Amino acid sequence: MAEKDPITGAETTGHVWDDTLQEFNNPLPRWWLWAFYGTIIFALIYWTIYPSWPIGKSYLKGIGNTITYKTDAGEEVTTHWNTRALLQYEMQNGEAAVAQKAELKKIDAASYEEIAKDADMQAFVQSFGKGIFGDYCAACHRTGGVGVIGSYPNLTDDAWLWGGEATDIENTIKNGHIGNMPAHKGVLSETEITELGNYVLSLSKEPSDAALARKGKALFEGKGSCFACHTKKATGMKALGSANLTDQIWTIADVKGQKSAEAELTAVKSVISNGVKRQMPAWKSRLDETQIKVLVAYIRSLSSK
Amino acid sequence: MLKHESIETNTGLLIVLVLVAIGIGGLVEIVPLFYIDGTVEEVKTADGKDAIRPYTPLELRGRDIYIREGCYVCHSQMIRPFRDEALRYGHYSLAAESQYDHPFQWGSMRRGPDLARVGKKYSNGWHVKHLTRPRSVVPTSVMPNYPWLIKNDLSYGDVKERMLALKKVGVPYSLTQVEFDANVKKFGKEVAEKLDISKADENLMAQAKSMNTDGDANRITEMEALVAYLQVLGTMVDFKQHDEHDFIKFR
Repeated sequence: MAEKDPITGAETTGHVWDDTLQEFNNPLPRWWLWAFYGTIIFALIYWTIYPSWPIGKSYLKGIGNTITYKTDAGEEVTTHWNTRALLQYEMQNGEAAVAQKAELKKIDAASYEEIAKDADMQAFVQSFGKGIFGDYCAACHRTGGVGVIGSYPNLTDDAWLWGGEATDIENTIKNGHIGNMPAHKGVLSETEITELGNYVLSLSKEPSDAALARKGKALFEGKGSCFACHTKKATGMKALGSANLTDQIWTIADVKGQKSAEAELTAVKSVISNGVKRQMPAWKSRLDETQIKVLVAYIRSLSSK
Repeated sequence: MLKHESIETNTGLLIVLVLVAIGIGGLVEIVPLFYIDGTVEEVKTADGKDAIRPYTPLELRGRDIYIREGCYVCHSQMIRPFRDEALRYGHYSLAAESQYDHPFQWGSMRRGPDLARVGKKYSNGWHVKHLTRPRSVVPTSVMPNYPWLIKNDLSYGDVKERMLALKKVGVPYSLTQVEFDANVKKFGKEVAEKLDISKADENLMAQAKSMNTDGDANRITEMEALVAYLQVLGTMVDFKQHDEHDFIKFR
């Protein structure tokens, strides 16, 4: 029942609105029609090659499209195409993955001295190490390792609570640490804590009252038992993670951030009164040996080590 | 025979038929997953128990807070099997790992990082600081502050009802001795104790006490529940115990 529009001669649908309004029945553009048939053909090919229709408890696995990967035991397995096998294949054969593995193998075989001297390995440490540091360490120690005073140690300042040698840092990352300074609130009187505070400030050449500091020194080496962890010279002990109090580096009390001598004393006294409780998590279950080695080399490069 | 014209001129019928057409598309994709073998992987520990367990009462309440605060709007919990994601987040997520999640928290948007394996990555203390004021630890963070988590006491009066509701949709929390024994067989005694609905309150209090993230042992805060939940995410499977092949063969 093809009806024609009298003016253009084009075919219409035969519907008429408001007496004269008609709709042309133009054919679909050829390119569009062929593209549409093309998608149908594409779908048929796609169904055949890739996993598609479910059948009972299984599904069409795709024809002529397999992936061969190695199991961890070294056995070769060929399976139909799937994203898990594809990932395993790419981890084992992908260009970037293979190159990365070769670099990691080199690092694995080298000593820290060799890594520090070799420009190529250093470049790898700087890029790969930066990535791991960003993922696992920067949440506390901040990007670049500057830390947060009072909470997370600065890794760039050459002051190491638990030792700065490669083996020390490696041990710290693998096993973590629990840093614990007891609170002295109940043990010492307010006056005694003030005296100790003055002594601690005097050790780092901050403004302090000499007479009070002298009394503080006696407490430090006597009743307060501070020397038991910080040593009589107040330089700290690696085995306990006790801070060196003479190096003008403040990791808990934000002395450098205070505007007056009184505020500095208050900051130090608060640490003596309340103690310190910090925890570095252990990473050995999450990171492998080589990753930790790269991380150690990266962290050492942040300071002058 | 339905005429084109009668569908187009009848809105009610048009809506029904559109829903049917879309419904077929959805059903074809979803339904087969319920009967195809290996959709949910079987993951066992070294002693033959199920590695993935339902959440403890405290973790469950933490999960409710996760949903209440809309964490899923910016955080996904779905590590896809791509190399870059494996390097950044760890092993790809298994279907088994969210089998007891109703609803699952896969999310669809990563304004923040994926949280599928955030468990045990940071200390409890870090989480408290970070949730209270994210920029106190990550200066460039765009995450909002959640200062009320540490102030609010956790309401857990209805935790048993919540576990019962989940039990109705197939999560193996136990009520009867028979169910408890089945859980002992499936998960081991230690885990089965935690899934016992009749002991929910004691279990919740004991776990909160062992965390004590707020510094006050007599209080149970929303913070403790949420941190308990975050700390368990992605930690149930020990991937070092498995050959990758164990998981690929399910696909």
